[in-house]
Amino acid sequence: MTAPLHDTPADADPTEDVAPAAGAGVRKVEGRTLKQIAWNRLKRDKVALAGGVTVLLLVLVAVFAPLVVGLLGHPPDEFHQEELEDLTNLPKGAFGGMSGDFLFGVEPNKGRDIFSRVVYGARISLLVAFLAAVVAVVLGTIFGIVAGYFGGWIDALISRVMDVLLAFPQLLFIISLVSVLPDELLGLRDNGVRIAVLVMVIGFFGWPYVGRIVRGQTLSLREREYVEAARSLGGGQRHILFRELLPNLVAPVTVYATLMIPTNILTEAALSFLGAGVLPPTASWGSMLRDALGTYEHDPMFMVFPGLAIFVAVLAFNLFGDGLRDALDPKGTR
Amino acid sequence: MAGPHKGPAAAGPRTVLAYLIRRLIAVIIMVLVVLLATFTVFFMLPKWAGQDIAVLFAGKNSGAEQLEGVREKLGLSDPLLVQFWDFVKGIPMGRDYVNGSDVTHCPAPCFGYSFRTEEPVWTTLKDALPVTGALAAGACVLWLVAGVATGVVSALKRGTVWDRSAMVTALGGVSLPVFFTGMLMMGVFVHNLGWVKIADNLGSDDSLGVWLETLILPWIVLAFLNAAMYARLTRATMLEVLGEDYIRTARAKGLAESAVIRKHALRSAMTPILTVFGLDLGVLMGGAVLTESTFNLPGLGLQAVNAISSKDLPVILGVTLCAALAIALANLVVDLLYAVIDPRVRLG
Repeated sequence: MTAPLHDTPADADPTEDVAPAAGAGVRKVEGRTLKQIAWNRLKRDKVALAGGVTVLLLVLVAVFAPLVVGLLGHPPDEFHQEELEDLTNLPKGAFGGMSGDFLFGVEPNKGRDIFSRVVYGARISLLVAFLAAVVAVVLGTIFGIVAGYFGGWIDALISRVMDVLLAFPQLLFIISLVSVLPDELLGLRDNGVRIAVLVMVIGFFGWPYVGRIVRGQTLSLREREYVEAARSLGGGQRHILFRELLPNLVAPVTVYATLMIPTNILTEAALSFLGAGVLPPTASWGSMLRDALGTYEHDPMFMVFPGLAIFVAVLAFNLFGDGLRDALDPKGTR
Repeated sequence: MAGPHKGPAAAGPRTVLAYLIRRLIAVIIMVLVVLLATFTVFFMLPKWAGQDIAVLFAGKNSGAEQLEGVREKLGLSDPLLVQFWDFVKGIPMGRDYVNGSDVTHCPAPCFGYSFRTEEPVWTTLKDALPVTGALAAGACVLWLVAGVATGVVSALKRGTVWDRSAMVTALGGVSLPVFFTGMLMMGVFVHNLGWVKIADNLGSDDSLGVWLETLILPWIVLAFLNAAMYARLTRATMLEVLGEDYIRTARAKGLAESAVIRKHALRSAMTPILTVFGLDLGVLMGGAVLTESTFNLPGLGLQAVNAISSKDLPVILGVTLCAALAIALANLVVDLLYAVIDPRVRLG
């Protein structure tokens, strides 16, 4: 190991509650839970905090999109032909028609407010990314624990399935899947179908990544003394899995879930870019870039804001996730 | 990582051959599983959802009799596994589509006929494969070299301006979607500065110069995303490795620093990098699809995207199969490289 970078005890295990049994004499040593330690570290990590604040802002913007657009923009599906040149259908004025009225300018050909569409795009992007991460974490944790704890042929089977999924040409598969989907499925319609499918499919292809980590952790945790102790005290399998192992997996899984969201944002954007995302006229960052691809020779500004939106969102989640990992894992030198 | 050193692998040519055969069988099984999954989804899902594949083939305005003929000829009424088996068998052996006296022979390798162009799918694949292959291979080389080099230098000059700027760039690279960087690059270098010209089509009769000029931007774009990730990873593993005892030993016995880095540190740092590389091949495929769509390169990805918008199932299936095969084979190569780089790994 390299020299410890942190001022906290370097040998503290992230998976154990670092609450030393304070003896009667040494009252000064304050027992701190993992949460407190992590929070203290996170508070000192300015970059991670900046990422966290940006994430929070994005979430607020997405949740209150109608309010934000009501204050600063125009309805996202409203056409503004008057903002376009008559002959070329390009936005009037410099920088893609940016003005106090249209903060990010207007789309060529249709003249819709780019600002409003970027704001509404955040909803789709974050919603799909969050839910897909939830699906991946739930599936990954269940299969990972089961594989790691039971071992044997169950482990072999689950590991094989994970291998196959990781080698799957996912993006191709997902766009093809979306193309054969009917418009109505399980009582959902149009965008409901699309969003549900995006969430399920992105989550489904994401679980092996979580599963591998959880499996590895479980393999090392199940040999620990406290698990042994629980077993010898007569703890059943259910008790050991959910009461002893699961709580100790929360930290790595949280970190991984946070780092998974930016990947999901990128995947959702990629799918929308390829035309397999939400249906028009609903705005999403990826589909805006798809529209921009057709016109960027004449109006390069159109692609800037949706592209930047993806960049900022992904970067913020990455920074926050990295910080969270460092905070929760004292051993990490990365 | 710090297991006991078992000495050089003592695998004879026979064990290596046995290993290769075993792994090749695993590759074939893997590809068949992917194919079966894809097959089920594409040929069964529309059916369950009440769509008719025969209509996709013959067009919406076809009469009932014509549709029945298509169904008969393509074997669409057969059970799933029979259809699957016919498809798989057609790849090495060729296949006859029969409807009474109407027989179409599809020579091996037969992947069926495109619903849209009625050309054999193999023709499409044959033309598209070199483009995607060149794109992926070039990007791989570029990203590994650039990423590993940046990571090593960053680790050695830890904490300097170089290190920080490399890591900031890397983080930026990880966070940028390829289609956005692709559009930016194209906007600047193709349309604004006019330095690069991107060919509309790439074929075997185009000169090497045309290929290079068309592919240079896609290579950079596709490599940048991954180079960034590998720079971060290389830096982290190098830092970890440089703290190991055997590095101190190597230095203590008076080895030149460059030899310590190259022969001792980098070599063992390469193992985790290779692992991730194996896992990233699927991601590379996805990146290639996006890059091709952005730059309008006539590779597998663009063919697939076009096929998807017109519900051209056989082409989609063929492309997915090719991609799965490429990923599985590349993974095999990665596993073989392990044994070359890390003497602890034994084949067999």
